Amino acid sequence: MKFVNHEEVAAKTKTRLTKNTLLKGVFAAATGFGLVVLAILLYRIVTQGSDYLSFEFFTSFASRIPENSGIKAAILGSVYLMLVVAPVSMFLGVGTAIYLEEYAKRNKFTNFIKVNISNLAGVPSVVFGLLGLTIFVRFFDLGISILAAGLTMSLLILPIIIVASQEAIRAVPNELREASFAMGATRWQTILRVVLPASIPGILTGSILALSRAIGETAPLVVIGIPTILMFTPDGIMSTFTALPMQIFDWTKRPQVEFHDVAAAGIIVLMGLLIIMNSIAVFIRNKYQKRY
Amino acid sequence: MAMNEPQQISVQELIAQKSNRGLLAFTEKLIPKILFLIASVSVLTTIGIVFTLIFETVTFFTEVNIFGFLTGTEWYPFANSTPTYGILPLVVGTLKITGIAILVAVPIGIATAIFLSEYASDRVRRFIKPILEVLAGVPTIVYGFFALTFVTPILRSIYPDIAIFNALSPGIVVGIMIIPMIASLSEDAMSSVPNAMRDGAYALGATKLEVAVKIVLPAALSGIVASTVLAISRAIGETMIVAVAAGSTPGFNWDVTGSIQTMTAYIVQVTTGDAGYGTTIYYSIYAVGFTLFLFTLAMNMLAQFISKRFREEY
Repeated sequence: MKFVNHEEVAAKTKTRLTKNTLLKGVFAAATGFGLVVLAILLYRIVTQGSDYLSFEFFTSFASRIPENSGIKAAILGSVYLMLVVAPVSMFLGVGTAIYLEEYAKRNKFTNFIKVNISNLAGVPSVVFGLLGLTIFVRFFDLGISILAAGLTMSLLILPIIIVASQEAIRAVPNELREASFAMGATRWQTILRVVLPASIPGILTGSILALSRAIGETAPLVVIGIPTILMFTPDGIMSTFTALPMQIFDWTKRPQVEFHDVAAAGIIVLMGLLIIMNSIAVFIRNKYQKRY
Repeated sequence: MAMNEPQQISVQELIAQKSNRGLLAFTEKLIPKILFLIASVSVLTTIGIVFTLIFETVTFFTEVNIFGFLTGTEWYPFANSTPTYGILPLVVGTLKITGIAILVAVPIGIATAIFLSEYASDRVRRFIKPILEVLAGVPTIVYGFFALTFVTPILRSIYPDIAIFNALSPGIVVGIMIIPMIASLSEDAMSSVPNAMRDGAYALGATKLEVAVKIVLPAALSGIVASTVLAISRAIGETMIVAVAAGSTPGFNWDVTGSIQTMTAYIVQVTTGDAGYGTTIYYSIYAVGFTLFLFTLAMNMLAQFISKRFREEY
């Protein structure tokens, strides 16, 4: 008896192998698509914006004339914004992560917090803008200030920081905690002196990545209503301000094509900041993160 | 043994002394409470969002008929004589962008995931994944700029009837933005399919393609669908790309070559303009924001449901 028709199998095998090679090419091309788009995007922005990128670009304010436009107010505004967002979001994020990983009992409320955090991560940033406008700008009467925008941004990136910190804390092996308890340390002493030092590289990496999301975020700032043309730099956290992505948005919206090139120059600076922040995060991860 | 005894006692005494110290015991009790309060901030944020949206939306509906809002096909809030608030044109605008984005992102994203999970060597994977992460980290305002100044001119040179502001260009770019999300989440789902299943198919003489399509894809389907639903949610909530490149003409039709407006872009239009606090237009952004919030919340919960309910455990 002959179960396998060898001729037929041989004939089919050829087409099956051709299909395999063909589709492999298609899959590789799809993967390449993302890389090519990124390359085009970066190339376009650099060639468009490099003409306007000069020392004066950093030291002058926004202007009605493209050649005189600069990002002095915007970049200082973004830096001030980060000075609010970084401590607030890390305090809340790391605190929540410690609570969930080290203290929380397995009950319905803990579960509710966890579900809530993952849902919060999916809320569009423009809705966070509405929250900031209503609660911080109007209800708490903070005005269109760095503090109001900073608190809004902190809540926006809070879920990212919580999840990253939770992972970092979870990666600390229980043996370390038990060793600390065995030495007579209390729970909080163990967290403060054993768990946190061991997880700080992971927490920092995640937090810097979250901050790099915040520094490029535009929609909440638009909704809060921060101005785009400012002729002064912020002098405190209650000061009104403008930020780099907001300035880019304003230049992009303008009908004059020259302003698109100015916007591209602003984007180069913004992307430069992001690359620096990401490099620091990767550096910390590679240099300090221990594997247990 | 006799030599050790005094030492043991002193350690025990030390522990007893330490744990009785008032301050230490006090902090031990206080810290969990403080941390609990901190953890409640995320819950308060959600309550704040829901409360804000509902409260201001209710104010809006005291001035505008709710049924007219939900079923109206005309959205002209800036009309001088009789402003109309029917949200369907904004919903249609959002769906156009989301539909185009999904058409772009799902095939490319899943193909990328298959390549990375099934075909690529470790070295290639380690090279490509960080680049995709960079693509995911590009601020959306930069994508908006890219749509307006690069993709739109290309589309117009191919098909001159396309307006400067249109649904096609931002739709494609939103699609590009969500490719990394679909690719990386789907790749995670595919990588967690156990190798034993692949080996079984190989032993029967299957090609890599057959293994990928007939074994790995079905096994990872729940993860892939969940990633797509999450990506849809992202596309619905995307703001800056559409605010820059899609225009501000809400219309109740399925044309993608002309100017449109999405829910998110309307909120941006009102908040960048000078609609005063307390006007009907001001409250309308909350009604639109609430609709948007419900759309994305439904998608996120659907994604969670799919990945929980249909996950195949190996």
